[in-house]
Amino acid sequence: MKDSIVPGGGPIRLTFWKIVFLLLMAGGLYATFVRFTQGLGASTHLSDKFPWGIWISFDVLCGVMLAAGGFTLTAAVHILNIKRMHSIIRPTILTAFLGYLLVCVALMYDLGKPYNIWHPLIMRNPHSVMFEVAYCVMLYTTVLALEFSPIVLERFGWQKPLKVIRAILIPLVICGVILSTLHQSSLGTLYLIVPEKLHPFWYSPLLPVFFFLSAIAVGLAMTIFESSMSAKHFGLQLELPVLQELGRVLVVVLGIYAILRFEDLARRGALKLTLQPGYEMYLFWLEITLALILPLILLLQFRVRSSPVGLYWSAVLVVLGFITNRMNVSITGFEGSTGVRYFPKWSELAVTGMIIAGGFALFGLAVKYLPIFSREHLLEEQYAEVQAPAPAVPALLEHAGD
Amino acid sequence: MSKALLYDSTICIGCKQCEQACAGQNKLPYDDAIAAEELQSEHKLTVVMTRGDKFMRRLCMNCQDPSCASVCPVGALQKTALGPVTYDPSKCMGCRYCMVACPFSVPKYEWSKLVPKVQKCTMCPDRVSQGKQTACAEICPTGATKFGERDELIAEAQKRIRENPGNYVNHIYGLEEVGGTSVLLLSAVPFETFGYRTSISKDPLPMLTYQVLSHIPEFVPLGGMVLGGVWWITYRREEVALAEGRLPEKKNGRKP
Repeated sequence: MKDSIVPGGGPIRLTFWKIVFLLLMAGGLYATFVRFTQGLGASTHLSDKFPWGIWISFDVLCGVMLAAGGFTLTAAVHILNIKRMHSIIRPTILTAFLGYLLVCVALMYDLGKPYNIWHPLIMRNPHSVMFEVAYCVMLYTTVLALEFSPIVLERFGWQKPLKVIRAILIPLVICGVILSTLHQSSLGTLYLIVPEKLHPFWYSPLLPVFFFLSAIAVGLAMTIFESSMSAKHFGLQLELPVLQELGRVLVVVLGIYAILRFEDLARRGALKLTLQPGYEMYLFWLEITLALILPLILLLQFRVRSSPVGLYWSAVLVVLGFITNRMNVSITGFEGSTGVRYFPKWSELAVTGMIIAGGFALFGLAVKYLPIFSREHLLEEQYAEVQAPAPAVPALLEHAGD
Repeated sequence: MSKALLYDSTICIGCKQCEQACAGQNKLPYDDAIAAEELQSEHKLTVVMTRGDKFMRRLCMNCQDPSCASVCPVGALQKTALGPVTYDPSKCMGCRYCMVACPFSVPKYEWSKLVPKVQKCTMCPDRVSQGKQTACAEICPTGATKFGERDELIAEAQKRIRENPGNYVNHIYGLEEVGGTSVLLLSAVPFETFGYRTSISKDPLPMLTYQVLSHIPEFVPLGGMVLGGVWWITYRREEVALAEGRLPEKKNGRKP
């Protein structure tokens, strides 16, 4: 990906990551073929006892969580009016928009009858959490498309629609934050109906609160992660002061989450279970260590919190930790009650791999062809190279719709 | 009003005619191999289990307040006033939340099909709405499976336990479980023998999600007002600061 900022001529060079990408795509396409010609039974390890697998756990639950930076950052910039964070809002919205698009793609694999995905539009059951999630995800993807649209409009210099978007931006952002709050928490609410099936480590009446708080934490962590990666691979200047600020907020969110989580475990009498060795216990502590203990130890130190490397690795830990959390809630937590050890089939992994690879590739393409990073962030040498292919956008329009 | 099934395992002789009638009613295959299967599946909606000389049926409990119908985003699963919990495959989009949510893990999926359906006992809604018994109750030679008004069947079950306390465990399974079900079970041996959990919640589970969901109509306008208010304050502060000349023009943010 390193060379993707330099568009253009010459033969396409096969780098290591391009080969990885092509392999993932090939595997994913073959798995897609199996899925849509032979059905879910042949392409997954799902069963009557274990009806939801990695396509729900990772692609949907984690996908939505990893895209939470979108609403977190738009709220910080547009509602709280924190101007310093303005510089990283475009890549964050891009990440969120791609995230939600990929969640929709993944759903097409997981649904037994994907062509009926539009049914909730006309067949409504307001008692269903899934119905609410479907509506919120649908509406929020639309909001993200609109929040993302100025970047595309700018690229082609279409001023009229830009003005319209700019005029409705604040209501749009408010809608986005409300919709996100609703469905990020509702992904936890989904599991409230299975008090007897889900392991006490993860079943809690506070599931919606945990899912929402962790979405904010991961939204911040993903923004740090993605900014650091972009700085490295696209040769951009690192927005260190902004990331330091995100790191400070992250500590607070993680702290609140940790207190609530353990108080909840204590109140439900599950705390003593966390010391009894066993399959669930190990995965519980893996999650807690990655998501809470290590990042809190790291980020509470000023030295770590202010260094790019410290911030980067803390963010990576938080992201991995809460991915573990979502997998635990949706897979580990059910293995005891169902008596099934679920491990995804190769085709489930291949599809997920393809979707992740697709996300990275689309991000790279967007950075290459759209004004995602404003020019002041590019290091001097790249500036000259990028300036040539990028269309001449009037300076006034920079950030016009953000 | 609401119909129900009472299955008294002490009268059951394990002839499995209910299984066969069920397969016929639901246009599913049935042969000796399928008769030997002890698990509910997408081709076997009711099962007569055998433990020694004891039998027990397993079928959809057709709950009074069913989790499956509550979680179905498109309303493919419905609790009817007559008792059956019905399924409309043309609405279903295959999210399988019903399978996750069901406290008895009843709904099964046609995993091997390209156009899969959920399969479960729906308590013969067509027959019941015509005033007939379910197929399993009609065929039952001993009356072990009895169809009738839920209230009357409960009274009947209580009477049987009262008159022959030695024959039964003192428990009508389905009377209170998850708020009550349209299938009531009587047994001579503890229900756990056949995998029925008696520790299960006595309250309907759909309330657990609905008490959260029902706050959304208040949350949306409230959230909108709070966010709008915060926005107004932060921008007003900036405006004032600009007017008073405390901020350099467009600091940090936009390009000059």
